[in-house]
Amino acid sequence: MAISILFFGQLTDVTGCSQLKIAHVRDTDQLKDSLVERYPLLAHTKYVIAIDKKIIRTNVMLPQEVEVALLPPFSGG
Amino acid sequence: MERSLSERYHRQRILREFGVIGQRKLLQTSVLVVGAGGLGCPALLYLTAAGFGRIGIIDNGLIELSNLHRQILYGTQDIGKKKVSCAKDALQKVNSDVEIDTFDVHLTSSNAIDIIAGYDIVIDGTDNFESRYLINDACAILERPLIYGAVSKYEGQVAIFANGINYRDIFPHPPKDGEIMNCSEAGVLNILPGIIGNFQANECIKLVTGIGEPLIGKLLTYNALNNQTYTVEIDRTELSKQLRPKSKQAFQEVDYAYLCAVQQASLEEISAEELRSLYTHNNIDIVDVREAFETPKLKKYSPIEIPLSTLDKEIRWIQKEIVVFVCQSGKRSLLAARRYTEMIQPQKKMVYSLKGGINSLERPI
Repeated sequence: MAISILFFGQLTDVTGCSQLKIAHVRDTDQLKDSLVERYPLLAHTKYVIAIDKKIIRTNVMLPQEVEVALLPPFSGG
Repeated sequence: MERSLSERYHRQRILREFGVIGQRKLLQTSVLVVGAGGLGCPALLYLTAAGFGRIGIIDNGLIELSNLHRQILYGTQDIGKKKVSCAKDALQKVNSDVEIDTFDVHLTSSNAIDIIAGYDIVIDGTDNFESRYLINDACAILERPLIYGAVSKYEGQVAIFANGINYRDIFPHPPKDGEIMNCSEAGVLNILPGIIGNFQANECIKLVTGIGEPLIGKLLTYNALNNQTYTVEIDRTELSKQLRPKSKQAFQEVDYAYLCAVQQASLEEISAEELRSLYTHNNIDIVDVREAFETPKLKKYSPIEIPLSTLDKEIRWIQKEIVVFVCQSGKRSLLAARRYTEMIQPQKKMVYSLKGGINSLERPI
């Protein structure tokens, strides 16, 4: 009954951690709100969400056990 | 196949899945590597050694001392010389059978189509969003497979964009200022672009020879600190289609520099010189939002050290009327200045971010 969240790249500068488990929320919009509450800087940060290793674009209902990844764009080379 | 060729590639030729046919496929394929830097150098080195038929290199840069720890085609004696010429010389020493084309130009929307059209596959080894979106859109129009690679501190991303899937299916719009705290100046461990550039070369060989599972439509993230990889699937999106220029002509009219311009919020940003004059006031707090391990330290300004991730909790330590946020390159500090302004009553304080960060100070310590 938990969501495990993975933060990649310099998102960890905002969160201070690369992994987090939180209590289940209904959908990805609620998840985003709850993350912004916890890490207000996330609201200003660009990233894409992957649910169980698939990139999503719209609000998606979250199953009971799920892995969510937040991936920012990288530009360095 | 001639005897010398057969001997040169013997170890890969005896791989059952690769064989003589795989070697012939490499020989018949041309690859364009955009950017002969941290990613481009290792990719070029291995693609040349592998025996591709023709390899193009685009880069208009000159070799600098700070390039050498990761741009492994160049040596100390090459400082100040053109990257494309030195890269070509180094590669021909490795394998003179490979035809090497050089383009000492900056890739723009006016020359990209003509250059890319001359190659079968493109490898993106650039280091900025302007070039990445430009290459992505050009490859989508020309239907050239694009092998993408990018790094940030200790992590790298790799993907193959082909079969109608492209970078805009992940990130439809170029990032706006402040959305990426990708302080490229925050640094990169030298081996990381080496690993990611080789991931790109590996994907290129797999794609051409049909061995294994190339990362088509998948984005792989590699973490050099814990050796973990994380691969996500990318889907085609309608938005990506709408945002990309649809024809060569439409592409040539796009100003990518403008599209990806870092729009500076000038009000909140001050220069190193302005910081020096502000610092003569007594009622100023300098807040360093970098992580504790980042150097050089800003001893001269006796900053309060509050890493960006803990700003909300530590805000009580910032008490003076003038507040200047600083970080390595000025991006995290801009974000911090905005967040701080949200949290306080801004009319009572003057809040700034040091533009260009600590890198812009001549003698930071």
